[in-house]
Amino acid sequence: MTMQTLSLAPWLVATPLAGAVVLLLAGRRTNRWGHWLGVLASAATFVVGLVMLLDMLGTPAEERVVQQTVGTWIDAGPLHVDLGFQVDPLSMTFVMLVTFVGTLIHVYSVAYMDHDVDRRRFFAYLNLFVAAMLLLVLADSYLLLFVGWEGVGLASFLLIGFWDRKRENAVAGTKAFVMNRVGDMGLIVAMMLLLATFGSLDFATVLPAAGEAGSAVGEPTMTAIGLMLLLAACGKSAQLPLQAWLGDAMAGPTPVSALIHAATMVTAGVYLLVRSGPLLEAAPDAQLVVAIVGALTLLFGAVVGTAKDDIKKALAASTMSQIGYMMLAAGLGPVGYAFAIFHLLTHGFFKAGLFLGAGSVMHAMDDDVNMRRFGGLARLLPVTAITMGLGWLAILGVPPFSGFWSKDKIIEAAFVGEGWRPWVFGLAALLGAGITAYYMSRLFFMTFAGRRRWSPDPDQGDAGAVVRHPHEAPALMTWPMIVLAAGSVALGGLLAIGDRFVTWLEPVTGHVEHHEPVLPVWLLVTLTLLLVLAGAALAFRQFAVAPVPVEPPRSTALVRAARVDLHQDDVNEALVMRPGQYLTRALVYSDRAAVDAGWLGLAGGIGRLGTRLRRLQNGYVRSYAATMLGGLGVVALVVWLLAI
Amino acid sequence: MEITNYLGLAAILFAIGATTVLLRRNAIVVFMGVELMLNATNLAFVTFARMHGDVTGQVLAFFVMVVAAAEVVVGLAIIIMIFRARRSASVDDVNLLQS
Repeated sequence: MTMQTLSLAPWLVATPLAGAVVLLLAGRRTNRWGHWLGVLASAATFVVGLVMLLDMLGTPAEERVVQQTVGTWIDAGPLHVDLGFQVDPLSMTFVMLVTFVGTLIHVYSVAYMDHDVDRRRFFAYLNLFVAAMLLLVLADSYLLLFVGWEGVGLASFLLIGFWDRKRENAVAGTKAFVMNRVGDMGLIVAMMLLLATFGSLDFATVLPAAGEAGSAVGEPTMTAIGLMLLLAACGKSAQLPLQAWLGDAMAGPTPVSALIHAATMVTAGVYLLVRSGPLLEAAPDAQLVVAIVGALTLLFGAVVGTAKDDIKKALAASTMSQIGYMMLAAGLGPVGYAFAIFHLLTHGFFKAGLFLGAGSVMHAMDDDVNMRRFGGLARLLPVTAITMGLGWLAILGVPPFSGFWSKDKIIEAAFVGEGWRPWVFGLAALLGAGITAYYMSRLFFMTFAGRRRWSPDPDQGDAGAVVRHPHEAPALMTWPMIVLAAGSVALGGLLAIGDRFVTWLEPVTGHVEHHEPVLPVWLLVTLTLLLVLAGAALAFRQFAVAPVPVEPPRSTALVRAARVDLHQDDVNEALVMRPGQYLTRALVYSDRAAVDAGWLGLAGGIGRLGTRLRRLQNGYVRSYAATMLGGLGVVALVVWLLAI
Repeated sequence: MEITNYLGLAAILFAIGATTVLLRRNAIVVFMGVELMLNATNLAFVTFARMHGDVTGQVLAFFVMVVAAAEVVVGLAIIIMIFRARRSASVDDVNLLQS
């Protein structure tokens, strides 16, 4: 008996897509109720997903990986791709995360975007985002996945640059789009290599054959495929070296940030790598690079996070770092896949909660994002403070909150192995946990604890501040935050007890024997908690007990570098943008100097010749007659010469 | 009398006519030059007809005369119209179609 509700799979994509289409095509007429239609489409998708999940839970584990083919999509010689959906525990996990968190964000946006004239368009894009992400995770082939992949890129572009009246917002959207294009090239090349190697792009054909193909076509090809998939994942998931777009993506409305960072977009890269697990296992070198990229990014994001004063950018750096954890886990091989997805799931809840909380704080502070102007908000925004506090404890990895169960497992898995790897990756993950505790506590204390810094202080002659009256957000905004906070508290524990989540994912990731880390588990847990405690305590001393200066102090060279994202934009400009501009300018110059000049010269020469010949047309009948006579003479001469 | 003398005369007449067309400015004189060339051709036609004992040449000469007569009628009419409009019959003044 297979799943009876399998035929519902296309509706998961079609429902939010229909919402987007209706809202975009019907235009202003739907302005009054369009946002509720968007919420409804998202909620309906969640219900469909829930029905399918319950059905899947009632199916034996070995029958949970099923495909539903809708029809032939492309049939061109050796390339045959069916339009079909893959429903298995991995995709269902994503469906639930995307639709559940997505729906909450929809509800939140109803209130958050209340005063925006383009609210209907905003909801159309949100629905489009959800539809594209669901297509991405439900596709049964790399090509269909790519459609969703591009759809997510498009929707993020539209949403990041949603307030495009301001130039920097539009630039941020374009930046995200362009950097994603670089990653997309990786996916396209990977698909070409897959087609050349396996003759197919279906998961069902490619993935089981990966192991044998690895020995048949040789490791270099498999390594190339793995690295290209990694490049694609780096683009979408904002990992080194394609991480620069994520911070600027904060230009979008806050619910968009929550959606991009929690449920959609950045998780797509992790999904791609976990889905392509067998391909990576056939290419150990590529797998190692994945882990290295993950470890580097988790430290990079964490360091940037410690210096940001913009509450949203601090959270963005945190996302980069947390996705780094997931990439690291995905690069560890089968031992890490389940934990990568597990952390993705718990992170989806607490990061969405934190972003919605940040939105609520901004709502209260007249859209100010500078944490140095916050402070002491816990009294005034109790619900926001408590929900964000729970999310904060979850991301810190304090037991028994969600983050503890998932992040600790990744740290544990990073310490599994032989040689130098467990020490390097394990220590990076451990260090990352400590820095995470520091910057998240900094964010929390700067916002909710300490002196209130938003009103003018007569003693200090503080001219930069304006009088504000912070107030708690409306119920439509607080309820999604409360639900997400509940998830941040309980979800991790619920799914971790008895290895429930790992067992649930086994049909996809395969059964993994338990490996012992190089250090005892109890020691790792203790070390992690000590580091977290130390980080939090340091932040408490600096930002809750000691007064926070309104103007950022000069600080050390590292902090100054972290404030400008460790010079990521400078590096990109120096290594890619400038040489690219020089190249294009040189090409334009040579085009002008050689190609254009040649053809223009030819045209000019013919023109000058024409000017010469035109002088013959002088209008005097006489000269025409002379020409005729001359011609006659020539003809006669030729005839005469031919005759003798 | 040598028959080639007639051809020589025809050539001389044609040359005189062509020179007249090329060198004179008065439209009527140019016209006379054209007539001279036509008649030179006629003479050549008739001569060749006589040489070959074939009347085709003589028939063609009649055709040329008819065409020449028609041409004179049209041509003189045009010249008169131009003279009326511009008070001049010089061919060099009639170069307005050039640009």
